[in-house]
Amino acid sequence: MSAYEERNVEPPTTESGDVDGDAIEELLGDHVLDREDHLNADAYVVRADAVQDVLQTLRDEAGFDHLSCVTAEEHEDRFESIYHLKQYDDPTNEVSVVVPTSREEPVSESAAPVFRTADWHEREAYDLVGVQYEDHPNLERILLPDTWQGHPLGLDYNQDKPQIVTFEENKNPLEDHARGGEDSDTMYLNIGPHHPATHGVLHVETVLDGEQVADVNPDIGYLHRCEEQMAQKGTYRYQIMPYPDRWDYGPGGIINEWAYARAAEDLADIEVPEYAQVIRTMGAEMCRIACHLLATATFALDLYGDFTAIFMYGMRDREVVQNLLEDLTGQRMMFNYLRLGGVVWDIPEPREEYFENVRDFLDDLPAKLDEYHDLITENEIFQSRCVDTGYLDPEVAKDYGVTGPVARGSGVDYDLRRDDSYGYYDELEWDVVTEDGGDNFARLLVRMREIEESARIIEQCVDLLEDWPEDEREIQANVPRTLKPEAGKETYRAVEGAKGELGIYIRADGTEKPGRFKIRSPAFSNLSALQEMSTGEYIPDLVATLGSLDVILGEVDR
Amino acid sequence: MSSDQPRDSITGTSEPLTDTREARMGEGVDSRFNSKLREAFGSTPFILTKFDKFMNWVRGSSMFMLQFGIACCSIEMMHTYSVKHDLDRFHAGVPRASPRQADVMIVPGTIVSKFAPRMKRVYDQMPEPKFVVNMGNCSTSGGPFQEGYNVVKGAEEVIPVDIHIPGCPPRPEALVYGVAKLQERIANGESSPVTVKPYELEEFGDLDRDELVQKLADDIDEETLVMRYNWADSP
Repeated sequence: MSAYEERNVEPPTTESGDVDGDAIEELLGDHVLDREDHLNADAYVVRADAVQDVLQTLRDEAGFDHLSCVTAEEHEDRFESIYHLKQYDDPTNEVSVVVPTSREEPVSESAAPVFRTADWHEREAYDLVGVQYEDHPNLERILLPDTWQGHPLGLDYNQDKPQIVTFEENKNPLEDHARGGEDSDTMYLNIGPHHPATHGVLHVETVLDGEQVADVNPDIGYLHRCEEQMAQKGTYRYQIMPYPDRWDYGPGGIINEWAYARAAEDLADIEVPEYAQVIRTMGAEMCRIACHLLATATFALDLYGDFTAIFMYGMRDREVVQNLLEDLTGQRMMFNYLRLGGVVWDIPEPREEYFENVRDFLDDLPAKLDEYHDLITENEIFQSRCVDTGYLDPEVAKDYGVTGPVARGSGVDYDLRRDDSYGYYDELEWDVVTEDGGDNFARLLVRMREIEESARIIEQCVDLLEDWPEDEREIQANVPRTLKPEAGKETYRAVEGAKGELGIYIRADGTEKPGRFKIRSPAFSNLSALQEMSTGEYIPDLVATLGSLDVILGEVDR
Repeated sequence: MSSDQPRDSITGTSEPLTDTREARMGEGVDSRFNSKLREAFGSTPFILTKFDKFMNWVRGSSMFMLQFGIACCSIEMMHTYSVKHDLDRFHAGVPRASPRQADVMIVPGTIVSKFAPRMKRVYDQMPEPKFVVNMGNCSTSGGPFQEGYNVVKGAEEVIPVDIHIPGCPPRPEALVYGVAKLQERIANGESSPVTVKPYELEEFGDLDRDELVQKLADDIDEETLVMRYNWADSP
């Protein structure tokens, strides 16, 4: 089977439609040492030297074509890597592969030859936890500097030890290869980490052959602010919730909070009242509009290169959304609005006035979007920069674990709001937007059309909230003040963030703080596909491609 | 009036022009040049001031900011630059992408170990006199991430800072206020005292030969610039 051939394998299922655990165990045969029960899926403990075999079997014979996340963690007696697998066609079909290794020799086989997204995920696992991956193409630190000592999420890491960080220009990556030293025609170019086109502190190591990009290597970690450590230090009930706002500060605040809330509610078995779900849905879609407006505005900024009209228009319209969100939550960006089991407070009084403001915003939106289309998508110059540049093949996208508008721009019909429904989405009328182009233009169109869909969702939510009987407005479930999920409970839950699948893995250790908290960031996986998308293109197209990926570095580096 | 008919003022009288002018400015002596400012200064056409003071006024009134986005605060910073809040109204200009064209650096976000040397370099590239505004809690003290293993406890560990704006993130109004405060300071000729910062860029060969340096000796050249973080001494 060639690498990117369309695979149409369905996982074995039981009569009720769930994944058939026994059939999978049979399929994997001798490789399985043990079975575990994670809350989201069955987990199979496999031998450390059979990872590639197992994942290949699961991908080719059981249809699990989406390696969603790789979590590494250190236990008292062992290291563990967990591969969370899903299916693009139906993400409720999940399976986890647990790979234990000894503490003395934490070496496990790399999954990178099977799923290319494992490359970056395993580098991160090596960097932060210290698991070694055999057969990995390039096992280097990814988030921390190369000279860092120790693995900070390991159990015996001493945070007070001094560290030395180098400041040097990186060497020409092609220098040692065929082109070779002095005679080389290529030019090495650092883009970032302080550069207006990189949307924050991203460093792109680029090798140019004339105007063309010969090689690209995104160097991340300039905003790695220990989000996972912070979450592991906080208590479930209140102390973790403020941090998700700072992952995707686009602001995807409520969506990010929801990702944590969904995982923690699953872990602690909390049922969220319907009324709160509607408010969450409305808030999340407002955040999505704000994110997509920011993406559109900065994309135009990248292409036109100055603070021109479209950027200003984007900011103008974001102000309106931010005002609505501020009225709802009390903050412009860092909302801290969701609570486990609900939301912190109801719609602001007077409710009619708030709903009227929301409706005004929604009524104005179509005219504004027309204006955007006039200015950018119908502009010939803009089209010639975007159409057929930064092409991403759908099968390549799946291999890299790409999700969100980037995947949907390549025709991958994958949206967790519909496919793995949560909140109030499955009760509402809306469509998943896909485009077949796979180029920068398609990704932009997906975002702009998603704004319309989000507006549809908000409108229905407002209708629902307006008519909600006054004595049934329950915003919070009854949740104990201190949450202590049982030790050993594990779950991985994802929501559809503005950039794609935002997943949280939590392992409870019996205390009121998580034993392991892992964030699966959509922008991280999306960015890893940049090399595939822009090698061989012109350098201005690289900037456009980077802009169309809409990475938020806070989410990439965490 | 069509063009084939010559104007009155050319063929005949200048009366119509005078009429127009008098209608605009009133009758009598032309007082156009006796502005309010002139009244304030008396009859002399000169303003006497110290050159220093004049330069400080100029500096404060025409600041070029560095286009420098780090984290969440940069989103609020973008809002401050654009339509609604429009920092340009306060003579604080359009953001410049190159540090060589900028006077003021707003540090909008968390500084982590990998980024601090780069920020130091960007700061060094800015021409004197230069000013730094710390936007948000992260760049002031590390903010919510202060206890992180990788987070520098404030930009002031690396570069001198003039103004700190609290908030997570500060509202655009707060940033405008902070910039106005900076202008006030500049106009008064104040700037932050230059002290030795805990974290400096230095050549690897100049570091004390302790355990860590010995360990890295094979990987790092003597001349390579490095920054050494003594986390235990951080606040």
